[in-house]
Amino acid sequence: MSDVTAFQKERAATRASGIFFILKKALLSAFVALVLFSLMVGIRTEAGPTGQLIYWTRFGELASLVAAVFVGSIVIELLRQWLGRAGASNIIPPSVQSGLSVAGKLIAPALLIFTFLVPVIFYDQRYILDLAILVLTYVMLGWGLNVVVGLAGLLDLGYVAFYAVGAYSYALLATNFGLSFWVCLPLAGILASLWGVMLGFPVLRLRGDYLAIVTLAFGEIIRLVIVNWQSLTGGPNGVSGIPRPTLFGIPLTPDDDGFAARLGIEFSPTHRVVFLFYVILAMALLTNWVTIRLRRLPIGRAWEALREDEVACRALGINITTTKLTAFATGALFGGLAGAFFATRQGFISPESFTFNESALVLAIVVLGGMGSQLGVALAALAMIGGFELFRGLEQYRMLVFGLAMVLLMIWRPRGIIGHRAPTVFLKRSEAISSDLVKEGHG
Amino acid sequence: MSGANCILSVDRLSMRFGGIVAVNELSFDAGRRKITALIGPNGAGKTTVFNCITGFYRPTGGAMRLTHDGGAEIALERLNDFRISKYAKVARTFQNIRLFPGMTALENLMVAQHNTLMRASGLTFLGLIGAPSWRAAEKRAIERASFWLERIGLIDRADDAAGNLPYGDQRRLEIARAMCTEPALLCLDEPAAGLNVRESGALSELLLSIRADHGTSILLIEHDMAVVMEISDHVVVMDYGVKIAEGSPKEVRDDPKVIAAYLGADEQEAIAVMESDT
Repeated sequence: MSDVTAFQKERAATRASGIFFILKKALLSAFVALVLFSLMVGIRTEAGPTGQLIYWTRFGELASLVAAVFVGSIVIELLRQWLGRAGASNIIPPSVQSGLSVAGKLIAPALLIFTFLVPVIFYDQRYILDLAILVLTYVMLGWGLNVVVGLAGLLDLGYVAFYAVGAYSYALLATNFGLSFWVCLPLAGILASLWGVMLGFPVLRLRGDYLAIVTLAFGEIIRLVIVNWQSLTGGPNGVSGIPRPTLFGIPLTPDDDGFAARLGIEFSPTHRVVFLFYVILAMALLTNWVTIRLRRLPIGRAWEALREDEVACRALGINITTTKLTAFATGALFGGLAGAFFATRQGFISPESFTFNESALVLAIVVLGGMGSQLGVALAALAMIGGFELFRGLEQYRMLVFGLAMVLLMIWRPRGIIGHRAPTVFLKRSEAISSDLVKEGHG
Repeated sequence: MSGANCILSVDRLSMRFGGIVAVNELSFDAGRRKITALIGPNGAGKTTVFNCITGFYRPTGGAMRLTHDGGAEIALERLNDFRISKYAKVARTFQNIRLFPGMTALENLMVAQHNTLMRASGLTFLGLIGAPSWRAAEKRAIERASFWLERIGLIDRADDAAGNLPYGDQRRLEIARAMCTEPALLCLDEPAAGLNVRESGALSELLLSIRADHGTSILLIEHDMAVVMEISDHVVVMDYGVKIAEGSPKEVRDDPKVIAAYLGADEQEAIAVMESDT
């Protein structure tokens, strides 16, 4: 009898301390919110009509925000205690999880078939076709950067430099020498990958943060050179009149020898959009195929080994220098190809398209997707570029929603959408390796 | 020891870090198809010697001559970094295991065959198009890896991540990985550290069979005296960066200088201890 009462007392005590704990946490969060928002929301300043500073206070909004944080903190804490420790495994029953893993195997082929059918399904929706081309461009860029960041573990913040080199290579070769897209495409790729090697050499000894800073600077250098070398690149005015790609020499124009006239069908500007869609799809799939092949070759395994342990690689007779350089060159090659496509699609390029934001976006795609995972990167590109368009209706709150979604994803899946690693070779069974064991690389 | 019987000849090797002399004029020979042990108290400079031999440090002075079976001589102090493994055929393991934890046991052994496979894949280009010669080479590499997995008893765990294996298995896998580079000289840095008696017994057997079946010479640093005494043909004892004794396991075990170094006492005291024992 006394045992039971003691037990009840104890439970009451833990519950009471639980309430105090929740209240304390909520008050603390509310206080932080108060400090942060008092200046950001509480006081609004503006330049007055005669240039002086005027301000007014918005304590009502401030109070409601702080109250929202207070209540939200209590709700989150209650939810957490109710559901137990964080982790999807507690919430999702095993049967659903096994169903999800089957769905996971089907998602890649389903996505591929759907992508092939996009121009058929959305033939008269120009907006969706344009968006699909944009998404595929970023998928290709993501897959290219994935070689450097995901496989070799080298943090590259200046990937846009190769994109720019590819775009300007095609634009300048085509406008100055009249070379066709299909001739310039490999040239643009080779030039970009030469730049990759040039960047690779000085940064070979750098790791982690230092490598990131130097690659960031390299990206900016390329952009500034383009802005300032007016005689060659046209400076801030960019290059215009970049020729469109042809279908084996047949232009997709309303002319007499154009694609539509030859087939005897009525000309439509959508033909060219659909053509561009399949060009970038083919290029992206080529990137994917090459990357998957490379992973199973000694060079790809050496990249991953480099990410895992550089010292052990040296002890095994692997030349770190060439391994890093080939990773940079391969990533840059794909970036350059995507750049050439970008130039031919836009018809006009200027340095504004190659700012640090682009590098950050592509890196975010790779990190969100799960470093090293091809499917993850494709899904992340779809979510980032497509999802961003989806929230266009929210106007200025779009960035807020976007940031929130990224924070939530990183809490839920710190190693990206697909964080585990698939082995490149197996004897009996191929089993995914948990992300806890896979290293992120150190430079 | 003459050139034919000696795979590695270290001659007055010195390594200084600023004002600290980690290794001072160390000379010793490692016999061909023999197991040579390098022992000494903590901080004696054993791992520094290893790092010099395997190209991680460039020695401040001295020479290290490696003689291959064919008679080719290589000056190790002139090579560095990955070239030691690639050209001089010296493989090593690490005191704190350095496997690729996120790769499977099989993949770890495939990475070790990088240089052979790189040539076979025509610097990637033949491999990219899936040439038959590349496929055959890859198959041979998998066979070699399977052979070593079988040998260390890990064939059933070939597709498990190396980081998931128990500690003793990781130690053996690291040795197998080093052997996949087909070394002439295998340098093991404390292979028995952290192993229990049964595991270190199995390790001794593995090392003896590596020497017997593959003709690989072994140089090892070890603290586990049971292992050292059981398998080594020759023992070199270091303390404070210099060689204090050398000889067969038995000779070294009875050397008062060695006992003094290990017990931290001076020589006279050690002799007194030994005499009171007998």
